[in-house]
Amino acid sequence: MLDSLVGMKVLAAMSGGVDSAVAAARAVDAGHEVVGVHLALSRMPGTLRTGSRGCCTVEDAMDARRVADRLGIPFYVWDFSERFHDDVVQDFVDEYAAGRTPNPCLRCNEKIKFEALLDRAIGLGFDRVVTGHYARVEHTERGPELHRAADWAKDQSYVLGVLTGAQLERCWFPLADTPTKAAVRAEAAERGFLLAQKPDSHDICFIPDGDMRGFLAERLGAEPGEIVDREGRVVGSHEGVHGYTVGQRRGMSLGVPSPDGRPRFVLEVKPQSRQLVVGPKEALAVVRLAGTRISHAGAPHPQLADGLDVEVQIRAHADPAPARARMVGDELVIDPAEPLSGVATGQSAVLYEGTRVLGQVTIDRTVAADAAERLAEADAA
Amino acid sequence: MHQFDHAASTPMRESVRQALATAAPLANPASTHREGQRARAVLEEARERLAIALGCHPTEVVLTSGGTESINLALKGAWWAARDAGAAGAIVVPVAEHHATLDAVAWLEAHGAPVRWVRVDEQAVTDLDAFRPALEQGGAAVATMLVASNEVGSLQPVREAADASARAGVPLHLDAVGAFGHVPLRFVDSGASLMSVASHKIGGPHGVGALVVGRDVRIEALHHGGGQQRGLRSGTQDALGASLFALAAEEALAELDAEATRLSAMTDRIRSTAASLPGVRILTAEARLPHIAHLVVEGASGEALQFLLDEAGFAVSNGSACSAGVARESHVVRACGVEGAAPLRLSLGRTTTAAEVDALLAALPGAIERARSLG
Repeated sequence: MLDSLVGMKVLAAMSGGVDSAVAAARAVDAGHEVVGVHLALSRMPGTLRTGSRGCCTVEDAMDARRVADRLGIPFYVWDFSERFHDDVVQDFVDEYAAGRTPNPCLRCNEKIKFEALLDRAIGLGFDRVVTGHYARVEHTERGPELHRAADWAKDQSYVLGVLTGAQLERCWFPLADTPTKAAVRAEAAERGFLLAQKPDSHDICFIPDGDMRGFLAERLGAEPGEIVDREGRVVGSHEGVHGYTVGQRRGMSLGVPSPDGRPRFVLEVKPQSRQLVVGPKEALAVVRLAGTRISHAGAPHPQLADGLDVEVQIRAHADPAPARARMVGDELVIDPAEPLSGVATGQSAVLYEGTRVLGQVTIDRTVAADAAERLAEADAA
Repeated sequence: MHQFDHAASTPMRESVRQALATAAPLANPASTHREGQRARAVLEEARERLAIALGCHPTEVVLTSGGTESINLALKGAWWAARDAGAAGAIVVPVAEHHATLDAVAWLEAHGAPVRWVRVDEQAVTDLDAFRPALEQGGAAVATMLVASNEVGSLQPVREAADASARAGVPLHLDAVGAFGHVPLRFVDSGASLMSVASHKIGGPHGVGALVVGRDVRIEALHHGGGQQRGLRSGTQDALGASLFALAAEEALAELDAEATRLSAMTDRIRSTAASLPGVRILTAEARLPHIAHLVVEGASGEALQFLLDEAGFAVSNGSACSAGVARESHVVRACGVEGAAPLRLSLGRTTTAAEVDALLAALPGAIERARSLG
């Protein structure tokens, strides 16, 4: 195991949260030469935290610094705000503009923490980047493998599903085998870290007030449009399509009641015609998801080309679902055993085999269950 | 660790450390009893010694918590006084001043003060052809100028600025925080009305500074209370801090000529070696502070360069940090017309040895090359 190797030079990414603090402390305990770094990601950092949102305030930088002081390790704040803006925030806005639903945390791991930061770390002579993620890297003869953390409730392997073998080779997640988050908090308290009881960050760090619609409207404009049902009948209106996500139910004003009186959900977001398509819950069910933006967490699984039974997870906290995955040309096609609900393009589908992450694909298209007949026809063709 | 960041704070002098460690407890200098009188004597003696070092009258020395407070008191105080006298006058300020000045002026601007920004040249030297007209167009409440750029080290045309200010009848504030104790400077000869200095830049304690306020200059106070120090800076006075500042100032001035010669030779070496490296530029003017060598390194990240030098045992500055700890892009370097390059300020002090400079010059080319390879 990595943490039994002594004398590595490791860079601990410290957000100011409890997880990365304990991860850095464990790296120090393991006898490595540890340097702490806090990434400044916001161009205009707020001074103090508001609620439990976000992770880019001056207060967070200070919390990280104080942990580094206690650990007796050097500490720096590095400015990645430009990269973060270009690769994460702008990507987020662009994806919504195209009617897709991105996951910015995944993009941040892919482009910032394990690319921009990792590259700089390696260039500066570090052997590993340490973070407080709940996931496990196993180093095998075939190369590194990414696995779920011991604590499935906190498992973050989904948002790390974009990492490649080369990236995983240089990662170290000391919280991999921690039984629970409570244990991490207890350890932080025992170590005398004042941030032991700091609330978890959640939501999107660059939208500190949580108003995603407002954030997108500011950048993409908000033009009113129609809400239509699957037959194209106008059933309501909206103040701008951006921010609506497939599977969403709340936040729509529908003037025309649904024929059967049952709730309606967003089935499709069409930015060009400024339309939201809505329909009953069962219309959300998809039997196929596919995309071409694929990454393998380590060596590609040899059977993926021909077809492989896997589990697929489509959101950070969704349950994994049994599915069949195979390559068709340059497209990865995933057919869940039971139809999946609320799958939006732009999301990442992460494939698992047991606890192991095989890789992920950004979903470009889905096939709805009630189009199954057409699916069969398409396959025949 | 080799200290090449003396301009941020130079280590406390041994004499000051000894004086601090052996100091007797002091009462409140404002107290009228005998203990208070003893404290006042310590305080006023310190003020007199500082006045000699600063080239002013003791009455003109207003002790503060440091450079930032002094600058704020000078600029806000002068502007409010002018406004109260019926002239909501303009502030004349070069663009490459310290943040204490820029941010104080920006605050005043937000509260209604007209601001006349003055450009600098590619060596961060204030352009007199812009400074003079900004004064001569009339209606200015106060003008300000660094004695020398705290970042690149270029000396500023203080004499000419004072003459222009005098002709226009506008009080001039000199920011001497980084220059006092390093270049000859006497308030009475400078022609300025106000002058800010700080103790920790010359080996005194942190948290002590002074604003020299010419006896005929009107400024408003920022702090109100007991009316100490001509009513310009209420608050119990730090007699011990003042005496330690005075001690540091006396020592700095006693060794000024010798140190200027010694440190100039060292910074000349750094400058000529650095200038021979590809893609490294020197922005500093020929007339400069003796203890600062400033380089701009093209094609490298300042964060990476600073990390590599820090790791190798060299404390250097890659610019001032914001409150989160991020090194901000230097407005001074940008004002010199340079963008996207890593600034590196190497500042020396009385503890710097030739061997340390040798070690730095041996490490610098490799660190630059490596920082560049990171893209």
